[in-house]
Amino acid sequence: MALLKSSKCIMHHLKSNKFRMLGFTSSVSNSLFSRHHHLLRTVSPPLLPNHARVKPSIAFSGRFESVCDGKQLHTATQFSNDINQLSSEAPLEEELNFPGGKVKFTPERIFTSGSDNERTQCYRVLNENGQLIVDSDLFKISKELAVKMYKDMVTLQVMDTIFYEAQRQGRISFYLSTTGEEAINIASAAALNNNDFVFPQYREPGVLLWRGFTLQEFANQLFGNKYDYGKGRQLAIHYGSKKHNYITVSSTVATQIPHAVGAAYSMKMENQDSCTITYFGDGGSSTGDFHAGLNFSAVMEVPVIFFCRNNGWAISTPISDQFRSDGIVVRGKAYGIPSIRVDGNDALAIYSVVYEARKMAIEKQTPVLIEALTYRAGHHSTSDDSTKYRPIDEMEWWRDNQNPVKRFRLWIENEGWWSDRVESEHRSNIRKQLSQAIQAAERVEKPSVTDMFNDVYDVPTKNLSEQEIFLRENIKKHAKDYPYNVIT
Amino acid sequence: MASIFQGIGAATSLSSSTLFDSKKLQLCSRRSLSERKTSFVVVRAAGAKMDGGSSGIGGRADQLVTNAVATKADTPAAAAAASKPGHELLLFEALREGLEEEMERDARVCVMGEDVGHYGGSYKVTKGLAPKYGDLRVLDTPIAENSFTGMGIGAAMMGLRPIIEGMNMGFLLLAFNQISNNCGMLHYTSGGQFKIPVVIRGPGGVGRQLGAEHSQRLESYFQSIPGIQMVACSTPYNAKGLMKAAIRSDNPVILFEHVLLYNLKETIPDEEYVLNLEEAEMVRPGEHVTILTYSRMRYHVMQAAKTLVNKGYDPEVIDIRSLKPFDLHTIGNSIKKTHRVLIVEECMRTGGIGASLTAAISENFHDYLDAPIVCLSSQDVPTPYAGTLEEWTVVQPPQIVAAVEQLCR
Repeated sequence: MALLKSSKCIMHHLKSNKFRMLGFTSSVSNSLFSRHHHLLRTVSPPLLPNHARVKPSIAFSGRFESVCDGKQLHTATQFSNDINQLSSEAPLEEELNFPGGKVKFTPERIFTSGSDNERTQCYRVLNENGQLIVDSDLFKISKELAVKMYKDMVTLQVMDTIFYEAQRQGRISFYLSTTGEEAINIASAAALNNNDFVFPQYREPGVLLWRGFTLQEFANQLFGNKYDYGKGRQLAIHYGSKKHNYITVSSTVATQIPHAVGAAYSMKMENQDSCTITYFGDGGSSTGDFHAGLNFSAVMEVPVIFFCRNNGWAISTPISDQFRSDGIVVRGKAYGIPSIRVDGNDALAIYSVVYEARKMAIEKQTPVLIEALTYRAGHHSTSDDSTKYRPIDEMEWWRDNQNPVKRFRLWIENEGWWSDRVESEHRSNIRKQLSQAIQAAERVEKPSVTDMFNDVYDVPTKNLSEQEIFLRENIKKHAKDYPYNVIT
Repeated sequence: MASIFQGIGAATSLSSSTLFDSKKLQLCSRRSLSERKTSFVVVRAAGAKMDGGSSGIGGRADQLVTNAVATKADTPAAAAAASKPGHELLLFEALREGLEEEMERDARVCVMGEDVGHYGGSYKVTKGLAPKYGDLRVLDTPIAENSFTGMGIGAAMMGLRPIIEGMNMGFLLLAFNQISNNCGMLHYTSGGQFKIPVVIRGPGGVGRQLGAEHSQRLESYFQSIPGIQMVACSTPYNAKGLMKAAIRSDNPVILFEHVLLYNLKETIPDEEYVLNLEEAEMVRPGEHVTILTYSRMRYHVMQAAKTLVNKGYDPEVIDIRSLKPFDLHTIGNSIKKTHRVLIVEECMRTGGIGASLTAAISENFHDYLDAPIVCLSSQDVPTPYAGTLEEWTVVQPPQIVAAVEQLCR
């Protein structure tokens, strides 16, 4: 009690600026308290040893009681005018066990800057010419794997072109391409196991492709025919396949992030040797679900990989209008999540990063954040014309210079695993398959009216059954008012 | 209360006055027999009088009801006669008991929400579960309703059966995106590939001076979402039964509890029972008027019923319990008998459960009505804090009495 009183005395005096005290804290020394009266008479501050030099400022003093356990762990005491004692005693910093852990105090009032001078570095192993960067920390991959990766990247590229065209021709209602992000799609998928569950945004059909989804299956979904696994219920490119462990795409941005966390939680509970991965863009990282998802995952220590495709654009919003942090990678630290930034156009770099992230996630039961820097070389979707808000030469530069497919091709050709001939064979093969798939899918009939009412619940409710009967009667009665090919 | 156990398959003929031996339990399905595979006892609420036997009414040939028992809210008459003495507990304990039994039975059942772990939940529904089942299975989440609801959905897609608790139903407004777009829709949009067997539960309704934000009736807002089921519990008996049914259901179910009903006491059976999610409960059979209600308003209605009986009226009180879909079968039978309907709800007049119910009844049973449907609801105002104001915003027994008198003129 007496101490408290005297420290109040001190505070009072400090405020009236009778003298300046160098604010620092010394280690606990009860003997110092007895010097309180002594301190009051001090006029000039004592000299401090060099290593503890602090800027003169109004002293910071007072008593800080440990909140955690109610007992005094340390107290920030007044300075001692006994320098000799100081230099031979414990360090000048003092720390306190706040809720959340020990924190060191500082007498310097320094605001950490909102941004570092240098941006977080980006991991890359192949340069634009497809050459391995000297001393790069590379993961060796087999010829078989490399060739499959490249082939799938090409398939994805061709698929995008042809389906996009189909939309333009009015054969499908909507399409969204992954131009410029082929490496992200394929290389990340290649580094995962088939039992790692995927929670996509919508620009990751390559992951499905890698896992064996056929061109016909893609086409069926786009046409919403009766072979579509989604039974014609979802918008085009909203693929989903349970057997490939790829969750159905939902148009809502970033809602899949908490799903991935919950799924990882389930894997943790059941001790499974797998992880979940969720993809989202730079735009998606602004949502509430992103923040809470990352936060939760860290608190619960679950094996989830957060893969951000930072492609510079969220429809027409450039990243300078999306956030002011150094991209998304720096946010990982804010949540306590290990993070890395990788060149999104370098398939080998992505492969190795995801491979290691997966290992870390499962072995250490931790989330991992990966930010892949890339460029959305195509439009947002068929409903968008990005030349309206960005210069064509910017798009072309990225498409030519940083093209992930070209870069990887250069590398595998160098390795002697690929050639022009094989390339053109593969491309024309895929084109043919696609054309057939589209024609076939177009001809298949659409799902029946029953599929409009199924799966709302496990078993249709009475009102749904009634509604179905009503609709069927209507269709029968007014057949000419309904599309000719409606299947009842 | 529960006195009859039903059978699946060929119409099991029950004589109209038998109280069933619990050993003759068989499986029962409320809807198409071939489609739903149930493996638990579904208990038909006692007391629904059905005219002329059981056959052919809306595909319910498999269900037979025997005794009409006038059960009151606090004395489970028939159950007491049929089964062992039972045990007495409070509503929140009944919820917990149901939850615990399901967690014991199925290791995939887990709970997530704010302060549900060692704190035991804001209303003590999850008390004792975290020490018993561990921190992971009874998970404390940070404050982000949309995200932990999303988490529950993700976990459900992988095969877990999460129960997501909203500390107050009103907070689930933050989770609307996940509940509507993903919870309700993913089973459908994925073509049936992924199912979402979650239970979303929490206290709602008007409490005692909790302020507008803590006095919401979320059933109004959620009722339109396709793909979800909604039920409201009102007694310890139905709370436990509905909780268990909701957990076992493969559909996402929202279980509405009421802040003021947690301390209701009742004796419930010792043996295991699960109620039917889509079924209404006959609280008091009658002849003059059908009063439809749910949750806390049931008690206001029963209080008014006492007065009405003294005045010579014979109201039939049905606790609709299933808010989505409505049990139009039970409701319809009642209307066909009484020809007058009064709906008493806590929702606001605009867009509430009462509004939908009025429409559904109008559409389906118009010819049976001798008078327009009357719906007593709360006004379209945010719930005020001051005690008197708050009381005026909720439908009170005298209003119910007056409405019945008016209806039966």
